[in-house]
Parts: sequence; structure tokens; C-alpha cells
Amino acid sequence: MNTETKSYTISVYTENNVGLLNRVSSIFSKRHINIESLTTSQSEIENVNRFVIVATMEEQQATKIVGQLEKQIEVIKAYVHTDEETIYQESALFKVSLDSLLDKRQIQDIIKTSHANIVTVARDFFVIEKTGSRKETEQLYQDLKPYKLLQFVRSGRISVTKEPMNISEMLKAF
Amino acid sequence: MEIKTKASTKKNQSKKQQPISGAEAVVKCLLVEGVDLIYGYPGGAIMPIYDELYKYQDQLQHVLVRHEQGATHAAQGYARVTGKVGVAMATSGPGATNLVTGIADAQIDSTPLVCITGQVGKHLLGSDAFQETDIVGISTPVTKWNYQITEAAEIPEVLAKAFYIAKSGRPGPVLIDITKNAQFDTFDFEYQKCTSVRSYKAVPDVDKSQLLAAASLINAAKKPLIVFGQGVILGEAESEFKALIEKTGIPAAWTILGLSALESNHPLNVGMVGMHGNYGPNKLTNECDVLIAIGMRFDDRVTGNLESYAKQAKVIHFDIDPSEIDKNVKTDVAVLGNSKETLAKMLPLVNQNSHESWMQEFKEYHAIEFEKVIKDELFPTKKGITMGEVLKEINQVTKGKAVVVSDVGQHQMMACRYAEFNQTKSSITSGGLGTMGFALPAAIGAKMGAPEREVIAIIGDGGYQMTIQELGTIFQTKAAVKIVVLNNEFLGMVRQWQQLFFDKRYASTEMVNPDFVTIAKGYHIEAQKVTKRENLSGAIEKMIASKSSYFLEVFVEKENNVFPMISTGASVSDIRLS
Ligand SMILES: Cc1ncc(C[n+]2csc(CCOP(=O)(O)OP(=O)(O)O)c2C)c(N)n1
Repeated sequence: MNTETKSYTISVYTENNVGLLNRVSSIFSKRHINIESLTTSQSEIENVNRFVIVATMEEQQATKIVGQLEKQIEVIKAYVHTDEETIYQESALFKVSLDSLLDKRQIQDIIKTSHANIVTVARDFFVIEKTGSRKETEQLYQDLKPYKLLQFVRSGRISVTKEPMNISEMLKAF
Repeated sequence: MEIKTKASTKKNQSKKQQPISGAEAVVKCLLVEGVDLIYGYPGGAIMPIYDELYKYQDQLQHVLVRHEQGATHAAQGYARVTGKVGVAMATSGPGATNLVTGIADAQIDSTPLVCITGQVGKHLLGSDAFQETDIVGISTPVTKWNYQITEAAEIPEVLAKAFYIAKSGRPGPVLIDITKNAQFDTFDFEYQKCTSVRSYKAVPDVDKSQLLAAASLINAAKKPLIVFGQGVILGEAESEFKALIEKTGIPAAWTILGLSALESNHPLNVGMVGMHGNYGPNKLTNECDVLIAIGMRFDDRVTGNLESYAKQAKVIHFDIDPSEIDKNVKTDVAVLGNSKETLAKMLPLVNQNSHESWMQEFKEYHAIEFEKVIKDELFPTKKGITMGEVLKEINQVTKGKAVVVSDVGQHQMMACRYAEFNQTKSSITSGGLGTMGFALPAAIGAKMGAPEREVIAIIGDGGYQMTIQELGTIFQTKAAVKIVVLNNEFLGMVRQWQQLFFDKRYASTEMVNPDFVTIAKGYHIEAQKVTKRENLSGAIEKMIASKSSYFLEVFVEKENNVFPMISTGASVSDIRLS
């Protein structure tokens, strides 16, 4: 039996209902699995939501979790994918004091080389946005850390699969 | 929630009606769903519905329980004996939270329930209003589905969905929370039964290739063993099941929830598997070449240590719930679908067969178990009454026709081991959750669901006191339930573990009990106490002969143990006889 743990992305297509987040997350917490990130948004189909959940676990656990998720009445379909099977991104925002931008040439170099964007410049701060892999946002975080980082936030992973999903057909089949 | 437009086409045909209140709509929905009996307890947030129940009392009987936990258990007893959906109702806050144990019990034992709770008005939600509890949040992990209605117009569609979800596929409990404003508001009522939910596939499609794969394993098997669970009963597949075992000649063992799906004296019935199951089926689980699991879920109380469970066998698993496949035991062939359908389709694919020498092995193990365990339990030579002999005496009078509702503990294991059944849906017990206090209210529901049958509750002195107040319900409704308390003045099952695994340190398991006979009489229930063997059979005959409810307390040997036993962490084949 393979008991090696690794990071899995679980995508869940659901009806758009109050309370479903609770039902979905309790399936993880009941098994003592820590959700590393969770994003929910509308999907490509009207009135269908998509959760993208990242968690580290054993392969077998991941399969069972998908089974438990699919068992929920308002879950249309759940999938588990490894990193290699998906295209994924995360977004990060960095709020930095304006002084550092003006004082330090290095910051401008960091922004340029990391392909980050400045989204706002206010009177005494500015905000940098970076979308990319965890490694890239993490690198930028490390780079900016010495320059008075006022706030930092990173989004959950969003991902699409390389394989087609066929949810619309599935909905017709119920 | 998305409001489907299916109903709109029908609108023109039905005659124009006056708008009705949400509360009245709830009652009308229940009536359309064929509900004629509900269990509940009123309170502020559900008063509009109770007011309607008052008006409709000639069509819909409401049984006032004495604690909301009793409402869920009674609804469970009713559902399990009838196969219909049980309905329980409570007010918001404490009323709703009191339902939770029964809901959790129904969830793990796949019992169809619809629970309706009142809730504070929509404008008060989230304000910590009087008796506001987030019952939808609380009940989420223990319901098959739940939903909060905040507008009257949602009621018909949501309740239709609730009944469909509770009963279809693998059954389970559904909770519908209805805010008070939604009960008061009026709307144009129209009801359409629900027959599908787009994100929910109730029954998986049967895969012919899996049936064929299963058949070829079964046909080649030299030592096949069937272990069946409640799936046979829930799928109403008893006759298909029997036809299959009779054709193939395969010995069949049951899980605690499968009990009564196959009559006790059937020649292929080899007894119970699991912790306190029979010697043969447990031992031989680790010797069979093909293990055929039907409508069961490989609970840890059934499998013992998974690392050494049926490792030598090919495993075929019939189930309606895809998430059960490979959950605990790795399966070679999974046959998904409703048991009634899959078993019927299996029948023509399997060969007529018999397995006499293999059956002989079961008989040999049974002889050992009889000698070492059963004999002393059923025909004791010591002075004290045993639980087993009480069951034996009951069998003698009921001839396997009664419904036996057992609570949780030693007496439960004894009831399931020794009670005899010749009819399905006859053993009702809390299997998955092991809820003490289950039996008394569940017996009320069972009696109301099957009034023509004898319903006998077997309860320990501990569990009895967890829902003893339901004697009030029995008295008020005249439900002719027969109650047998097997009094060992201990929380016997826990004491047994303390004796075996904690060097007899009897921490908080000794019970100083009241006079149960006096209590029963206080509720005007005829009652009797037995302390001597010579009075036992007479007392049981008198109890069964009674046309009304009856309470019988039997003082049994205080420190007897239930054997055989698979200790926690041990393998099924390491089952011990003492
Ligand atoms: C609500 C609840 N609390 C605690 C337990 C743990 N428990 C399991 S069996 C048992 C003892 C039951 O004693 P009694 O009802 O007297 O029955 P006996 O075992 O003596 O037959 C206990 C405390 C339980 N199953 N349910």
C-alpha cells in the first residue's frame, strides 16, 4: 500500500447552495486532513460552483475523500488531480510603504525581474500583484520582506485540468 | 435554491385555491407523502405547524414523546419496521439539538427520516435570538441532506425533495429547518412529488461485466462465504437473496443489521459475524476463498483487525453506495446497484451448487461454540438467570414472530445472538452508533408501524434510564409494547471490558437502581419482577399474553460476560470463547 503523502488538488462541482462549504470542509476535518487552500467560484456552467481544494494526504485518502464528496447530494462531481495533471496559479498581493519604492532602486529591479505588477500607488503605500506558482510568489515574498512589507496575502490555488471535464454532459445524465 | 419550472405546466389544470400558510403547507406535504404518523414535541418556533396539526388531527396523528431524542428513535423504529420514512418534529434551539443523537444514529444505520425543526424568524437569524441554534450547521455531518427554508413558497419543493432523498438510494436522515415567518406567510400551494435531483444519482447503474466477473468467481469458488447486512432489508431483496444462496448453496452470515433478513433456522444461515458474533463465520472468514459481501460496509466491529481480515479471499462487494467500495476492505469485484436488482440479475448467472464439506466446517465450529458458550447461556446450571435463557424463553412463546428491539450493551449482543426470527424487518437495534436509550422509543415506533405484531424491547438497566420517560408516551398512546429490562445492576458491557482489559477496576459501572416495577406502575403499566428461574417462563407467557403494554424486569447474573469475543485489534480468527 502506498502511504506516501503528497499534495493533491481536489476539484468539486456543486450546486450553488448555502451551507455546502460547511458540508465539504467537514469531510476533510472529520478525517483530520488539513485544507491548505480552498477557493470557490462559479464554474463554466451557469449556477454550478467549483471548489478547488489543495491538501496533502495519501493517495488512498484522496480517493476516499472524492467518494465521500460525491456522495453529498449537491455535489455533482469531484475529481482528484496531482500537480502534474493541472495548470494552476496563485495570486499574491504585497502592500509596501511608498518610501521604500522611492528610496530603494532595488525594489524596482525586484518588481521588474519577477514580472510582478504595481496595481495601485497611493499617497504612502503601493500594492504589487504577482500571479504564478507558489514558488514564484514565495520568492517575491522573500525578496520584498526586507523592505517594510505592510501587508501580504496569497490566494488559494485556482486550477484547470489538462483533461476535459464534461460536466455539462454529466448534468444531463442525472 | 433553484426553483424548477416543471410544476408550471400543471398549474392550469388544478383548480384555483386560496393561498394557505406555510405551516398548513407543511401538513399538506406530509399528507401527500403518505405520512399518517409523526413524533414530536412542540415549542415556540414551531407553534404555527402544531396549530395546523391540531386542525388535521383526524388525518395525521402526532405522537407527543417525552424528549425529542425519543421522537427520532421512535421515527427510526417506525421506519425500520415499515420501510417507510419516519418523521420527527421539534422546535428550535434545545428541541432541535435534542434530535441530534437520533439523527446521527439514523445516518450511520441508513434509516430514512425526515426531521422538521422550527427556527426563529428570518429577520432574527444570526442575532442570537431566543432559542436560536444553527441546527443546519450542527446537523450537517450527520444528515444525508439538510436545508433551511426561509420563505413559505419553498416549502413544497423542499419537502418533496426531503422525502425523495431520505428514501431513495442508500436511505438516511434529512433535516428541514423552517423559520417562523415561512410558517406564517401564505402562498399558492401546489405539490409535485420529487423523482430526481440533478446532482444526485440515487442508484448507480448495474454494470453487466461486474455481474459476470462476480458470477465467475462464485462459480469457481470452493469455500465461498456470504456476509450480508442491512442492504438486503433496505433493498427489500430478501427473496432474491434467499434464491441466490439456495441455488449456490453458499453459507450466509449476517452483520448485526442484517439480522432477520434470512430466517434464523435456515440451513444456510451460519450466524453472526463480528465482535460478539458466532465462532464459525468469524473463524472461517479467514479461510474462505471468495468472500461475498452484500449490503454491508465492513464496519470495524465486523472486521476486527483489517490487516488480517480475509486476506486469502477474493472479495466481491454488492452495494448501492459507491463510496463504500474499497473504503475498508479492498474489493476484487464491486457490484453496484440496488440489491433487489443486482441479486435478481445474479441468479441466472450462478451455477446450482452445494458445499457440503465446507458447511460441515461451520457445523463443527458451532458444536465447539455450543459446548463452550451457548450451553451455559441457554441451559445454565448455576443459580443466576442468564440473559440467554430469557431470550430462549421468549423464543418459545413468540415462535420467531416478534419484532425484537434491543438497546445497547451485553443484552443487545445476547438478544441478537439468541433471539429467533422467521420474518424480515424484525430485529431493530442501534448498530453503527450504539446509542443507549434507543430501544424504548424505537419500540414505540415499531409497535405503531406494525400494530399487528408483537414488539418486545430488550433493554439493560443502564440504557433504560436514558429514555425511561418514554413510558409516559406508552401510557398516553396505549402502545402495547412489551418491555424487558435485563437488570445486572451494572453497565454490563463496560464492566466486561473493565474485567477483561482493566484488571477489574469497575470505575463507575455499578448501578444503584430504583424500583423499576414501581416506576412502571406509576405510569399505569402492568409490571412484574422476576428473580428466580422457576418464575421466568410463566412471567414471559403472561407478558406476551397481555393485550396492553407490559413491563418485565428480570434480575440476571451480575457479572456474566458475552462470548465469543474478538478483542479490539485482534483478527476475526483470533476470536476467543472465554
Ligand atoms: C449514550 C451512550 N453512552 C455510553 C455508551 C457506552 N456503553 C456501551 S454499552 C454500555 C453499558 C450498557 O449498560 P446496560 O444498559 O445496563 O446494559 P448491559 O450491558 O448491562 O446489558 C455503555 C455505558 C453508549 N453506548 N451509549
